[in-house]
Amino acid sequence: MRYSGLKVITEGLFGNRGWTPAWRDPAPKAEYDVIIIGGGGHGLSTAYYLAKNHGITNVAVLEKGYLGGGNVGRNTTIVRANYFLPGNSEFYSHSLKLWEGLEAELNYNVMHSQRGLINLFHSDGQRDAFVRRGNAMINQGDDAILLDRDGVREHLPYLDFDNTRFPIYGGLLHPRGGTARHDAVAWGYARGADRRGVDLIQNCEVTGIDIQGGKVVGVQTTRGAIRARRVGIVVAGRSSQVAAMAGMRLPIESHVLQAFVTEGLKPVINHVVSFGMGHFYISQSDKGGLVFGGDLDFYASYAARGNLPMVEHVMEAGMTLMPMIGRAKVLRSWGGIMDMTPDGSPIIDRTHVEGLFIDCGWNYGGFKAVPASGWCMAHLMATGEPHEVARKFRLDRFATGHLLDEEGTGSQHNLH
Amino acid sequence: MRLTCPLCGERDRREFYYYGAEDYLHRPGEGASLAEWDSYLHLRDNVAGVVRDLWYHEAGCAQWLVVTRNTVTHEISGVELVAERAK
Repeated sequence: MRYSGLKVITEGLFGNRGWTPAWRDPAPKAEYDVIIIGGGGHGLSTAYYLAKNHGITNVAVLEKGYLGGGNVGRNTTIVRANYFLPGNSEFYSHSLKLWEGLEAELNYNVMHSQRGLINLFHSDGQRDAFVRRGNAMINQGDDAILLDRDGVREHLPYLDFDNTRFPIYGGLLHPRGGTARHDAVAWGYARGADRRGVDLIQNCEVTGIDIQGGKVVGVQTTRGAIRARRVGIVVAGRSSQVAAMAGMRLPIESHVLQAFVTEGLKPVINHVVSFGMGHFYISQSDKGGLVFGGDLDFYASYAARGNLPMVEHVMEAGMTLMPMIGRAKVLRSWGGIMDMTPDGSPIIDRTHVEGLFIDCGWNYGGFKAVPASGWCMAHLMATGEPHEVARKFRLDRFATGHLLDEEGTGSQHNLH
Repeated sequence: MRLTCPLCGERDRREFYYYGAEDYLHRPGEGASLAEWDSYLHLRDNVAGVVRDLWYHEAGCAQWLVVTRNTVTHEISGVELVAERAK
């Protein structure tokens, strides 16, 4: 069924009885050309682009829970292309371009809103770093505008400009940055993949990876064995467990990252804003809730909830930057499990097993990467060669020293 | 989360700095291969369950600790001094 405004109106007139499920619920077949382990944003977009770009439609996505039940349903929905390093810059630029055409592409309203992202700076040194970053963004063909203090005040009059401890010197505005409806992205790709013949199989946990003579031949699941010559592991925070089934030890430590949302308020924050002197960033959802978050809790964790010290830090940073939010009531907080790599950049690569591929290490930035990650993983799985914009996301880069350390803080597990 | 330091007693998580998996205690010796260094620095079992990892009592006794804890439940079942352990 094709969705349209007219369809919404006619269905509204006739009691909404004509809607059909957005995707099928097939039983797994005995064999597929490609199996994608993980039915989150990245896995679903990989399946979609395998079918769309490469004509490979005999594909199964195996999801142990329900589609989009992991990090794609738990993030703070920010979409941006403000990266700096060659390797990251072209990848996220490609992703943002895909976002810009995503609704027409998927015939699905992902509520992509390019409301502008402002990263604030509070010292001369930070300004220099943001000037450099902005130039890198412009060189990549994306957009960046340096705002001085008055420029920031025009956009964000509600900030505490009188704060003497953390004075606001200005901000880097990325006008094409913004937010999207997180669940809708997963659902849109799921529907698009299903319509092209991909089997989306939920409640199907992979329990083993079958390898013969160095080649992958299929997987064992809670719904039986399924054969395939090409298998992609796209499981975010659980990457280490699934990779271990193929005898691999990954350069990944899983950490918990918390996020928060307030009760619904009238429109008050029109941009995505990040504080440069504490861990705090914020946007307002279309429902009105203020969605905000901070940094990792900074210890390895698989508990999808965090501890109070980071809650306190985030609230303090928010109150320092924009005291007006102090009277909003926090509705809920939650945690997601981040697959952290030592240098803070992702991995899309082959493995030592022929036919087995891995897409992981998205740290705390996987949401905006969903379209390009699927695009590049599909390219890799279909052609056997890395896509041009993802060629630096190598699994072996830690051993060879070809790091992608965007923050410039070093290559160690607790630094990003 | 609270950790019971063997020297200082039960203290808030904020007093401690998390360093990473116990792997950091097993530094490769002289002449180790690049693969051993890669394993030591980067590759991790990353277990969902009981792990042993290194914490530093930064705002307390400044001792390095090996903490045995569960990454799924956040339950802490043991805290030892690295110094004692090395004996």
